[in-house]
Amino acid sequence: MTLKFWDGGLSCFALKPSINSSPRELVYRIPLLVRMTHWLIAFALLVLLVSGLQIFNAHPSLYWGSASKFDRPFLDIGSAENASGEKRGYLRLGSRQWDTTGVLGLSKGGDGQADARAFPHWILLPSYQSLGDGRRWHFFFAWCLALGLGLYFVANFIRGRLRRDLLPTGRDVRGIGRSVLDHLKFRFSHGARHYNVLQKIAYLSVMFGLVPLVILTGLALSPGFDAAAPWLLILCGGRQSARSLHFLGTFALVLFVFVHVFHVIAAGPINEMRSIITGWFFVREPAEKTTEEGDLK
Amino acid sequence: MAATGACLAACDRLNSSPAVLKVLDSAEGLNRRLTGALARKALAREFPASAISPHFRANGSTDPDKESYRQLVENNFAEYKLEIGGLVERPLQLSLAELRAAPSRTQITRHDCVEGWSCIGKWQGAKLGPLLDRAGLKPNARFIAFYCADTLGENLDGSDDYYETIDLDDAYHEQTILAYEMNDQVLPVAHGAPLRLRLERQLGYKMAKYIMRIEAIEDFAHLAAGKGGYWEDRGYAWFAGI
Repeated sequence: MTLKFWDGGLSCFALKPSINSSPRELVYRIPLLVRMTHWLIAFALLVLLVSGLQIFNAHPSLYWGSASKFDRPFLDIGSAENASGEKRGYLRLGSRQWDTTGVLGLSKGGDGQADARAFPHWILLPSYQSLGDGRRWHFFFAWCLALGLGLYFVANFIRGRLRRDLLPTGRDVRGIGRSVLDHLKFRFSHGARHYNVLQKIAYLSVMFGLVPLVILTGLALSPGFDAAAPWLLILCGGRQSARSLHFLGTFALVLFVFVHVFHVIAAGPINEMRSIITGWFFVREPAEKTTEEGDLK
Repeated sequence: MAATGACLAACDRLNSSPAVLKVLDSAEGLNRRLTGALARKALAREFPASAISPHFRANGSTDPDKESYRQLVENNFAEYKLEIGGLVERPLQLSLAELRAAPSRTQITRHDCVEGWSCIGKWQGAKLGPLLDRAGLKPNARFIAFYCADTLGENLDGSDDYYETIDLDDAYHEQTILAYEMNDQVLPVAHGAPLRLRLERQLGYKMAKYIMRIEAIEDFAHLAAGKGGYWEDRGYAWFAGI
Protein backbone atom coordinates (compact mmCIF):
# COMPACT_ATOMS: atom_id res chain seq x y z
CA MET A 1 0.00 0.00 0.00
CA THR A 2 1.13 3.52 -0.47
CA LEU A 3 1.70 5.48 2.64
CA LYS A 4 0.68 9.09 2.96
CA PHE A 5 2.48 11.47 5.29
CA TRP A 6 -0.66 12.54 7.11
CA ASP A 7 -1.41 8.91 7.89
CA GLY A 8 1.95 7.58 8.74
CA GLY A 9 4.06 10.61 9.60
CA LEU A 10 7.77 10.38 8.95
CA SER A 11 7.58 6.70 8.08
CA CYS A 12 6.50 7.64 4.56
CA PHE A 13 10.13 8.62 4.02
CA ALA A 14 11.50 5.35 5.32
CA LEU A 15 13.04 2.92 2.80
CA LYS A 16 11.23 0.03 4.38
CA PRO A 17 8.01 1.34 5.84
CA SER A 18 7.45 -0.30 9.14
CA ILE A 19 3.74 -0.18 8.58
CA ASN A 20 2.59 -3.22 6.75
CA SER A 21 -0.80 -3.65 5.32
CA SER A 22 -2.28 -4.91 8.55
CA PRO A 23 -5.90 -3.90 8.82
CA ARG A 24 -6.73 -0.64 10.48
CA GLU A 25 -8.76 -0.77 13.59
CA LEU A 26 -10.51 2.26 15.06
CA VAL A 27 -10.21 2.40 18.83
CA TYR A 28 -11.54 4.94 21.34
CA ARG A 29 -8.31 5.86 23.05
CA ILE A 30 -8.73 9.18 24.89
CA PRO A 31 -11.76 9.89 27.12
CA LEU A 32 -13.60 13.19 26.77
CA LEU A 33 -12.47 14.68 30.07
CA VAL A 34 -8.81 13.97 29.26
CA ARG A 35 -9.21 15.59 25.84
CA MET A 36 -10.93 18.66 27.21
CA THR A 37 -8.46 19.18 30.03
CA HIS A 38 -5.55 18.57 27.64
CA TRP A 39 -6.61 21.61 25.63
CA LEU A 40 -7.45 23.71 28.67
CA ILE A 41 -4.01 22.94 30.13
CA ALA A 42 -2.30 23.61 26.80
CA PHE A 43 -4.01 27.00 26.44
CA ALA A 44 -3.36 27.94 30.07
CA LEU A 45 0.33 27.05 29.69
CA LEU A 46 0.58 29.20 26.58
CA VAL A 47 -0.91 32.24 28.36
CA LEU A 48 1.22 31.56 31.45
CA LEU A 49 4.33 31.47 29.24
CA VAL A 50 3.76 34.76 27.43
CA SER A 51 2.55 36.60 30.54
CA GLY A 52 5.38 35.03 32.56
CA LEU A 53 7.97 36.38 30.13
CA GLN A 54 6.30 39.79 30.53
CA ILE A 55 6.81 39.48 34.31
CA PHE A 56 10.39 38.25 33.86
CA ASN A 57 11.14 41.33 31.72
CA ALA A 58 10.56 43.58 34.75
CA HIS A 59 13.81 42.24 36.20
CA PRO A 60 15.55 40.01 33.66
CA SER A 61 18.19 38.58 35.99
CA LEU A 62 18.18 35.32 37.92
CA TYR A 63 20.00 34.48 41.15
CA TRP A 64 20.48 31.61 43.57
CA GLY A 65 19.66 31.85 47.27
CA SER A 66 17.17 33.94 49.27
CA ALA A 67 18.19 37.44 48.21
CA SER A 68 19.40 38.93 44.93
CA LYS A 69 23.13 39.40 44.65
CA PHE A 70 22.77 42.12 42.04
CA ASP A 71 26.40 41.98 40.93
CA ARG A 72 26.32 38.20 40.52
CA PRO A 73 23.27 37.00 38.58
CA PHE A 74 23.70 33.53 37.09
CA LEU A 75 21.54 34.53 34.14
CA ASP A 76 21.11 38.05 32.86
CA ILE A 77 19.52 39.50 29.73
CA GLY A 78 20.12 43.11 28.83
CA SER A 79 21.71 45.58 26.46
CA ALA A 80 24.87 47.65 26.52
CA GLU A 81 26.94 49.79 24.20
CA ASN A 82 29.90 48.06 22.64
CA ALA A 83 33.33 49.60 22.02
CA SER A 84 32.14 51.46 18.93
CA GLY A 85 29.17 52.97 20.79
CA GLU A 86 26.61 50.68 19.21
CA LYS A 87 23.88 49.29 21.46
CA ARG A 88 23.74 45.48 21.45
CA GLY A 89 21.53 42.96 23.24
CA TYR A 90 23.17 40.20 25.27
CA LEU A 91 22.47 37.02 27.18
CA ARG A 92 24.88 36.26 30.01
CA LEU A 93 25.11 32.88 31.66
CA GLY A 94 27.64 32.96 34.49
CA SER A 95 30.79 34.35 32.92
CA ARG A 96 29.78 33.55 29.34
CA GLN A 97 28.08 36.09 27.11
CA TRP A 98 26.33 35.90 23.75
CA ASP A 99 25.28 38.71 21.43
CA THR A 100 21.53 38.24 21.06
CA THR A 101 20.66 41.53 19.36
CA GLY A 102 17.38 41.25 17.49
CA VAL A 103 15.82 38.77 19.90
CA LEU A 104 17.01 39.08 23.50
CA GLY A 105 18.02 42.30 25.20
CA LEU A 106 17.50 44.54 22.21
CA SER A 107 14.87 43.92 19.55
CA LYS A 108 12.51 45.73 17.22
CA GLY A 109 9.45 46.93 19.11
CA GLY A 110 5.89 46.98 17.81
CA ASP A 111 6.53 50.39 16.24
CA GLY A 112 9.64 49.16 14.39
CA GLN A 113 11.99 51.10 16.67
CA ALA A 114 14.86 49.48 18.58
CA ASP A 115 13.52 48.45 21.95
CA ALA A 116 15.74 47.61 24.93
CA ARG A 117 13.92 44.80 26.68
CA ALA A 118 14.76 41.21 27.59
CA PHE A 119 12.20 39.17 25.65
CA PRO A 120 10.88 40.76 22.44
CA HIS A 121 7.37 42.23 22.18
CA TRP A 122 6.03 39.48 19.90
CA ILE A 123 6.24 36.86 22.63
CA LEU A 124 4.73 38.97 25.42
CA LEU A 125 1.24 39.45 26.80
CA PRO A 126 0.48 42.30 26.57
CA SER A 127 2.98 43.11 23.84
CA TYR A 128 3.97 46.39 25.51
CA GLN A 129 5.75 46.68 28.85
CA SER A 130 3.18 46.22 31.62
CA LEU A 131 4.15 44.22 34.67
CA GLY A 132 0.76 44.81 36.33
CA ASP A 133 -1.21 43.44 33.37
CA GLY A 134 1.21 40.53 32.90
CA ARG A 135 0.54 39.56 36.51
CA ARG A 136 -3.24 39.78 35.98
CA TRP A 137 -3.12 37.27 33.09
CA HIS A 138 -0.60 35.08 34.86
CA PHE A 139 -2.55 34.63 38.08
CA PHE A 140 -5.91 34.14 36.38
CA PHE A 141 -4.52 31.42 34.13
CA ALA A 142 -2.63 29.88 37.03
CA TRP A 143 -6.07 29.15 38.52
CA CYS A 144 -7.24 27.83 35.12
CA LEU A 145 -4.21 25.53 35.07
CA ALA A 146 -5.00 24.34 38.59
CA LEU A 147 -8.58 23.58 37.54
CA GLY A 148 -7.47 21.84 34.33
CA LEU A 149 -4.83 19.78 36.10
CA GLY A 150 -7.16 18.78 38.90
CA LEU A 151 -9.74 17.47 36.42
CA TYR A 152 -6.98 15.92 34.27
CA PHE A 153 -5.70 13.86 37.18
CA VAL A 154 -9.21 12.80 38.14
CA ALA A 155 -9.87 11.82 34.50
CA ASN A 156 -6.67 9.79 34.39
CA PHE A 157 -7.30 7.98 37.63
CA ILE A 158 -10.88 7.14 36.70
CA ARG A 159 -11.06 3.56 35.46
CA GLY A 160 -7.34 3.19 35.99
CA ARG A 161 -6.22 4.96 32.83
CA LEU A 162 -3.03 6.09 34.51
CA ARG A 163 -2.10 2.57 35.57
CA ARG A 164 -3.33 0.92 32.39
CA ASP A 165 -2.00 3.29 29.75
CA LEU A 166 0.76 5.34 31.34
CA LEU A 167 2.66 3.17 33.84
CA PRO A 168 5.47 1.32 32.06
CA THR A 169 4.95 -2.44 32.07
CA GLY A 170 7.61 -5.03 32.72
CA ARG A 171 7.94 -5.60 29.00
CA ASP A 172 8.28 -1.82 28.47
CA VAL A 173 11.17 -1.66 30.88
CA ARG A 174 12.94 -4.60 29.26
CA GLY A 175 12.46 -3.06 25.81
CA ILE A 176 13.71 0.38 26.75
CA GLY A 177 17.02 -0.06 24.90
CA ARG A 178 15.31 -0.87 21.65
CA SER A 179 12.91 2.03 22.08
CA VAL A 180 15.82 4.44 22.55
CA LEU A 181 17.49 3.00 19.46
CA ASP A 182 14.31 3.38 17.41
CA HIS A 183 14.06 7.02 18.43
CA LEU A 184 17.70 7.66 17.56
CA LYS A 185 17.04 6.18 14.13
CA PHE A 186 13.98 8.43 13.84
CA ARG A 187 11.84 5.34 13.48
CA PHE A 188 8.52 6.24 15.07
CA SER A 189 5.63 3.99 15.76
CA HIS A 190 2.46 4.91 13.96
CA GLY A 191 -0.88 3.60 14.93
CA ALA A 192 0.68 1.78 17.85
CA ARG A 193 -1.80 0.12 20.16
CA HIS A 194 -0.07 1.47 23.25
CA TYR A 195 2.13 4.39 24.16
CA ASN A 196 5.77 3.38 23.88
CA VAL A 197 7.94 3.33 26.96
CA LEU A 198 9.79 6.60 26.29
CA GLN A 199 6.50 8.32 25.68
CA LYS A 200 5.14 6.97 28.97
CA ILE A 201 8.24 8.13 30.84
CA ALA A 202 8.03 11.57 29.21
CA TYR A 203 4.34 12.00 30.10
CA LEU A 204 4.81 10.78 33.64
CA SER A 205 7.87 12.94 34.32
CA VAL A 206 6.00 15.99 33.03
CA MET A 207 2.87 15.16 35.05
CA PHE A 208 4.64 14.27 38.28
CA GLY A 209 7.94 16.13 37.93
CA LEU A 210 8.02 19.22 35.78
CA VAL A 211 4.47 20.50 36.29
CA PRO A 212 4.58 20.16 40.09
CA LEU A 213 8.02 21.83 40.05
CA VAL A 214 6.73 24.82 38.12
CA ILE A 215 3.61 25.10 40.31
CA LEU A 216 5.47 24.81 43.61
CA THR A 217 8.25 27.23 42.62
CA GLY A 218 5.53 29.62 41.43
CA LEU A 219 3.72 29.42 44.76
CA ALA A 220 7.05 29.93 46.53
CA LEU A 221 7.31 33.37 44.90
CA SER A 222 4.29 34.54 46.90
CA PRO A 223 5.39 36.14 50.18
CA GLY A 224 1.94 35.42 51.64
CA PHE A 225 2.09 31.74 50.72
CA ASP A 226 5.65 31.55 52.10
CA ALA A 227 4.38 32.62 55.52
CA ALA A 228 1.83 29.80 55.37
CA ALA A 229 4.30 27.20 54.08
CA PRO A 230 7.86 28.09 55.11
CA TRP A 231 9.03 24.57 54.17
CA LEU A 232 8.47 25.38 50.52
CA LEU A 233 11.22 27.99 50.32
CA ILE A 234 13.57 25.81 52.32
CA LEU A 235 12.93 23.07 49.76
CA CYS A 236 13.58 25.50 46.90
CA GLY A 237 16.73 26.95 48.47
CA GLY A 238 15.38 30.49 48.87
CA ARG A 239 13.04 32.76 46.97
CA GLN A 240 15.51 33.77 44.28
CA SER A 241 16.34 30.11 43.71
CA ALA A 242 12.61 29.43 43.43
CA ARG A 243 12.35 32.18 40.80
CA SER A 244 15.26 30.70 38.84
CA LEU A 245 13.82 27.18 39.06
CA HIS A 246 10.42 28.52 37.98
CA PHE A 247 12.09 29.98 34.88
CA LEU A 248 14.21 26.90 34.13
CA GLY A 249 11.22 24.60 34.70
CA THR A 250 9.24 26.69 32.21
CA PHE A 251 12.08 26.36 29.73
CA ALA A 252 12.01 22.57 30.16
CA LEU A 253 8.22 22.55 29.67
CA VAL A 254 8.60 24.53 26.44
CA LEU A 255 11.17 21.96 25.25
CA PHE A 256 8.73 19.17 26.11
CA VAL A 257 5.99 20.85 24.09
CA PHE A 258 8.30 21.17 21.07
CA VAL A 259 9.27 17.50 21.27
CA HIS A 260 5.64 16.54 21.87
CA VAL A 261 4.45 18.43 18.79
CA PHE A 262 7.33 17.04 16.73
CA HIS A 263 6.24 13.53 17.70
CA VAL A 264 2.66 14.25 16.73
CA ILE A 265 3.86 15.30 13.29
CA ALA A 266 6.31 12.40 13.04
CA ALA A 267 3.77 9.79 14.06
CA GLY A 268 1.00 10.91 11.71
CA PRO A 269 -0.57 14.27 12.44
CA ILE A 270 -4.09 13.43 11.24
CA ASN A 271 -4.44 10.27 13.29
CA GLU A 272 -2.87 11.85 16.37
CA MET A 273 -4.92 15.04 16.13
CA ARG A 274 -8.09 13.04 15.55
CA SER A 275 -7.48 11.12 18.73
CA ILE A 276 -6.86 14.17 20.94
CA ILE A 277 -9.93 15.93 19.50
CA THR A 278 -12.44 13.11 19.01
CA GLY A 279 -10.84 10.35 21.07
CA TRP A 280 -10.79 7.92 18.12
CA PHE A 281 -7.47 6.53 16.89
CA PHE A 282 -6.57 4.17 14.04
CA VAL A 283 -4.51 1.28 15.34
CA ARG A 284 -2.43 -0.49 12.72
CA GLU A 285 -0.72 -3.03 14.91
CA PRO A 286 -2.03 -6.54 14.78
CA ALA A 287 -3.78 -7.60 17.95
CA GLU A 288 -1.36 -8.65 20.66
CA LYS A 289 -0.31 -12.22 21.00
CA THR A 290 -0.27 -13.65 24.47
CA THR A 291 3.46 -14.11 24.68
CA GLU A 292 4.18 -12.64 28.06
CA GLU A 293 2.16 -12.91 31.15
CA GLY A 294 1.09 -9.82 32.95
CA ASP A 295 1.54 -7.44 30.04
CA LEU A 296 -1.84 -8.01 28.55
CA LYS A 297 -4.36 -5.27 28.60
CA MET B 1 4.40 38.03 10.19
CA ALA B 2 1.08 39.65 9.40
CA ALA B 3 -0.74 36.92 11.30
CA THR B 4 1.53 37.42 14.31
CA GLY B 5 0.90 41.15 14.18
CA ALA B 6 -2.85 40.63 14.05
CA CYS B 7 -2.67 38.21 16.97
CA LEU B 8 -0.61 40.64 19.05
CA ALA B 9 -3.03 43.47 18.29
CA ALA B 10 -5.97 41.24 19.25
CA CYS B 11 -4.29 40.26 22.51
CA ASP B 12 -3.53 43.89 23.34
CA ARG B 13 -7.17 44.79 22.58
CA LEU B 14 -8.30 42.09 25.00
CA ASN B 15 -5.91 43.52 27.54
CA SER B 16 -7.51 46.95 27.29
CA SER B 17 -11.09 45.69 27.56
CA PRO B 18 -12.55 46.47 31.00
CA ALA B 19 -14.73 43.34 30.83
CA VAL B 20 -11.69 41.11 30.23
CA LEU B 21 -9.72 42.78 33.00
CA LYS B 22 -12.64 42.30 35.35
CA VAL B 23 -12.63 38.57 34.66
CA LEU B 24 -8.84 38.40 35.11
CA ASP B 25 -9.09 40.33 38.38
CA SER B 26 -11.45 37.72 39.82
CA ALA B 27 -8.26 35.74 40.50
CA GLU B 28 -7.15 38.43 42.98
CA GLY B 29 -9.99 37.56 45.36
CA LEU B 30 -9.06 33.88 45.17
CA ASN B 31 -5.39 34.68 45.83
CA ARG B 32 -6.32 36.83 48.83
CA ARG B 33 -8.74 34.33 50.30
CA LEU B 34 -6.44 31.33 49.78
CA THR B 35 -3.43 33.08 51.30
CA GLY B 36 -5.53 34.54 54.10
CA ALA B 37 -7.03 31.16 54.97
CA LEU B 38 -3.66 29.41 54.92
CA ALA B 39 -1.49 32.04 56.55
CA ARG B 40 -3.86 33.64 59.10
CA LYS B 41 -1.45 35.04 61.68
CA ALA B 42 1.61 33.15 60.40
CA LEU B 43 4.85 35.12 60.48
CA ALA B 44 7.04 35.82 57.50
CA ARG B 45 10.39 34.06 57.78
CA GLU B 46 13.03 35.90 59.80
CA PHE B 47 16.73 35.55 59.00
CA PRO B 48 20.00 35.61 60.93
CA ALA B 49 22.10 38.80 60.80
CA SER B 50 24.55 37.04 58.46
CA ALA B 51 21.84 36.98 55.75
CA ILE B 52 21.47 40.79 55.58
CA SER B 53 22.04 42.01 52.01
CA PRO B 54 25.20 44.12 51.64
CA HIS B 55 23.37 46.25 49.09
CA PHE B 56 19.65 46.82 49.68
CA ARG B 57 18.14 48.30 46.54
CA ALA B 58 16.04 51.44 47.02
CA ASN B 59 13.06 51.56 44.67
CA GLY B 60 10.27 53.98 43.77
CA SER B 61 10.92 57.44 45.20
CA THR B 62 14.38 57.70 46.71
CA ASP B 63 14.62 61.42 47.36
CA PRO B 64 11.26 63.28 47.48
CA ASP B 65 11.57 66.88 46.35
CA LYS B 66 8.45 68.33 47.96
CA GLU B 67 9.37 71.57 49.74
CA SER B 68 7.71 70.59 53.04
CA TYR B 69 9.61 67.31 53.03
CA ARG B 70 12.94 68.99 52.20
CA GLN B 71 12.48 71.20 55.25
CA LEU B 72 11.90 68.18 57.47
CA VAL B 73 15.09 66.58 56.13
CA GLU B 74 17.08 69.75 56.77
CA ASN B 75 16.09 69.76 60.43
CA ASN B 76 16.68 66.05 60.80
CA PHE B 77 12.93 65.46 61.19
CA ALA B 78 12.91 67.33 64.52
CA GLU B 79 9.55 68.93 63.56
CA TYR B 80 8.12 65.70 62.17
CA LYS B 81 4.80 64.57 63.62
CA LEU B 82 2.96 61.49 62.50
CA GLU B 83 -0.76 62.15 62.39
CA ILE B 84 -3.13 59.32 63.17
CA GLY B 85 -6.71 60.25 62.41
CA GLY B 86 -9.82 59.35 60.48
CA LEU B 87 -12.21 56.92 62.18
CA VAL B 88 -10.51 57.03 65.58
CA GLU B 89 -11.70 58.12 69.02
CA ARG B 90 -8.51 60.07 69.90
CA PRO B 91 -6.57 61.54 66.95
CA LEU B 92 -2.83 61.50 67.68
CA GLN B 93 0.21 63.51 66.67
CA LEU B 94 3.41 61.66 67.48
CA SER B 95 6.98 62.90 67.25
CA LEU B 96 9.79 60.52 66.35
CA ALA B 97 10.83 60.40 70.00
CA GLU B 98 7.32 59.36 70.97
CA LEU B 99 7.26 56.74 68.22
CA ARG B 100 10.59 55.36 69.43
CA ALA B 101 9.15 55.09 72.92
CA ALA B 102 6.15 53.07 71.69
CA PRO B 103 6.09 49.25 71.75
CA SER B 104 8.53 48.16 69.08
CA ARG B 105 9.71 45.12 67.17
CA THR B 106 12.99 44.30 65.43
CA GLN B 107 13.02 41.83 62.56
CA ILE B 108 15.37 40.64 59.82
CA THR B 109 13.16 39.90 56.84
CA ARG B 110 13.20 39.48 53.11
CA HIS B 111 11.82 42.32 51.01
CA ASP B 112 10.29 41.10 47.74
CA CYS B 113 9.83 43.62 44.97
CA VAL B 114 7.00 43.11 42.49
CA GLU B 115 9.69 43.25 39.79
CA GLY B 116 11.10 39.96 41.05
CA TRP B 117 14.19 40.75 43.12
CA SER B 118 14.62 40.28 46.87
CA CYS B 119 16.83 41.92 49.53
CA ILE B 120 17.20 41.08 53.21
CA GLY B 121 17.30 43.84 55.80
CA LYS B 122 16.93 44.47 59.51
CA TRP B 123 14.08 46.71 60.54
CA GLN B 124 13.14 48.28 63.84
CA GLY B 125 9.93 50.18 64.32
CA ALA B 126 6.80 50.87 66.31
CA LYS B 127 4.19 48.12 66.09
CA LEU B 128 1.20 49.49 64.24
CA GLY B 129 -1.46 47.60 66.24
CA PRO B 130 -0.74 49.21 69.65
CA LEU B 131 -0.60 52.67 68.03
CA LEU B 132 -4.04 52.12 66.50
CA ASP B 133 -5.32 50.92 69.87
CA ARG B 134 -3.99 54.08 71.46
CA ALA B 135 -5.97 56.15 68.98
CA GLY B 136 -8.98 53.84 69.43
CA LEU B 137 -10.49 52.60 66.16
CA LYS B 138 -14.16 53.34 65.68
CA PRO B 139 -16.32 50.26 64.96
CA ASN B 140 -16.77 51.14 61.29
CA ALA B 141 -13.02 51.38 60.58
CA ARG B 142 -12.05 48.64 58.10
CA PHE B 143 -8.85 49.84 56.44
CA ILE B 144 -5.78 51.83 57.36
CA ALA B 145 -4.59 54.39 54.82
CA PHE B 146 -1.04 55.76 54.66
CA TYR B 147 -0.40 59.14 53.06
CA CYS B 148 3.16 59.79 51.98
CA ALA B 149 5.42 62.74 51.25
CA ASP B 150 6.52 61.45 47.85
CA THR B 151 5.01 62.05 44.43
CA LEU B 152 5.96 59.43 41.85
CA GLY B 153 4.12 60.81 38.82
CA GLU B 154 4.31 64.21 37.23
CA ASN B 155 1.14 65.76 38.63
CA LEU B 156 1.79 68.05 41.55
CA ASP B 157 -1.89 68.54 42.41
CA GLY B 158 -1.84 65.58 44.78
CA SER B 159 -3.26 63.00 42.35
CA ASP B 160 0.19 61.40 41.95
CA ASP B 161 1.03 61.40 45.65
CA TYR B 162 1.95 58.00 47.01
CA TYR B 163 -0.57 56.36 49.28
CA GLU B 164 -1.46 52.83 50.34
CA THR B 165 -4.23 51.02 52.18
CA ILE B 166 -4.18 47.76 54.15
CA ASP B 167 -6.87 45.85 56.00
CA LEU B 168 -7.07 45.46 59.78
CA ASP B 169 -5.80 41.86 59.76
CA ASP B 170 -2.57 43.09 58.23
CA ALA B 171 -2.48 46.23 60.37
CA TYR B 172 -2.60 44.14 63.54
CA HIS B 173 -0.20 41.46 62.30
CA GLU B 174 2.70 40.83 64.68
CA GLN B 175 5.33 41.93 62.12
CA THR B 176 3.55 45.05 60.86
CA ILE B 177 5.67 47.97 62.03
CA LEU B 178 6.36 51.60 61.21
CA ALA B 179 10.11 51.30 60.79
CA TYR B 180 12.42 54.14 61.86
CA GLU B 181 15.63 52.09 61.74
CA MET B 182 17.17 49.97 59.03
CA ASN B 183 20.22 47.77 59.60
CA ASP B 184 20.81 49.43 63.01
CA GLN B 185 20.99 52.92 61.45
CA VAL B 186 18.42 55.69 61.35
CA LEU B 187 16.20 54.94 58.35
CA PRO B 188 17.86 56.64 55.35
CA VAL B 189 15.95 58.97 53.04
CA ALA B 190 16.33 56.52 50.13
CA HIS B 191 14.39 53.90 52.11
CA GLY B 192 11.60 56.18 53.33
CA ALA B 193 12.81 58.37 56.22
CA PRO B 194 11.55 59.10 58.74
CA LEU B 195 8.99 56.29 58.74
CA ARG B 196 8.09 53.45 56.42
CA LEU B 197 5.62 50.61 56.66
CA ARG B 198 6.89 47.04 56.88
CA LEU B 199 4.24 44.57 55.78
CA GLU B 200 6.30 41.42 55.56
CA ARG B 201 3.81 39.12 53.85
CA GLN B 202 3.21 41.36 50.88
CA LEU B 203 5.29 42.90 48.08
CA GLY B 204 7.35 46.07 48.34
CA TYR B 205 4.85 48.44 46.76
CA LYS B 206 2.48 47.99 49.71
CA MET B 207 5.18 49.19 52.12
CA ALA B 208 4.62 52.93 51.93
CA LYS B 209 7.69 55.12 52.53
CA TYR B 210 7.81 58.73 53.84
CA ILE B 211 4.61 58.26 55.86
CA MET B 212 3.17 61.58 57.02
CA ARG B 213 -0.38 60.70 58.00
CA ILE B 214 -2.36 57.60 58.85
CA GLU B 215 -6.13 57.38 58.67
CA ALA B 216 -8.58 54.71 59.69
CA ILE B 217 -11.20 54.51 56.94
CA GLU B 218 -14.27 52.49 56.09
CA ASP B 219 -13.64 52.27 52.38
CA PHE B 220 -10.95 53.50 49.97
CA ALA B 221 -13.14 54.16 46.91
CA HIS B 222 -13.00 57.93 47.53
CA LEU B 223 -9.18 58.09 47.61
CA ALA B 224 -7.43 59.14 44.36
CA ALA B 225 -8.54 56.71 41.60
CA GLY B 226 -10.24 54.48 44.15
CA LYS B 227 -8.19 51.28 43.92
CA GLY B 228 -6.53 51.66 47.30
CA GLY B 229 -3.01 52.71 46.41
CA TYR B 230 -0.71 54.56 44.04
CA TRP B 231 0.28 51.42 42.10
CA GLU B 232 -3.16 49.86 42.49
CA ASP B 233 -4.58 52.91 40.66
CA ARG B 234 -2.09 52.07 37.89
CA GLY B 235 -3.03 48.43 37.36
CA TYR B 236 -1.44 46.50 40.23
CA ALA B 237 -3.46 44.25 42.51
CA TRP B 238 -4.56 45.61 45.89
CA PHE B 239 -3.65 42.27 47.42
CA ALA B 240 0.11 42.04 46.97
CA GLY B 241 0.70 38.81 48.87
CA ILE B 242 1.53 37.03 45.63
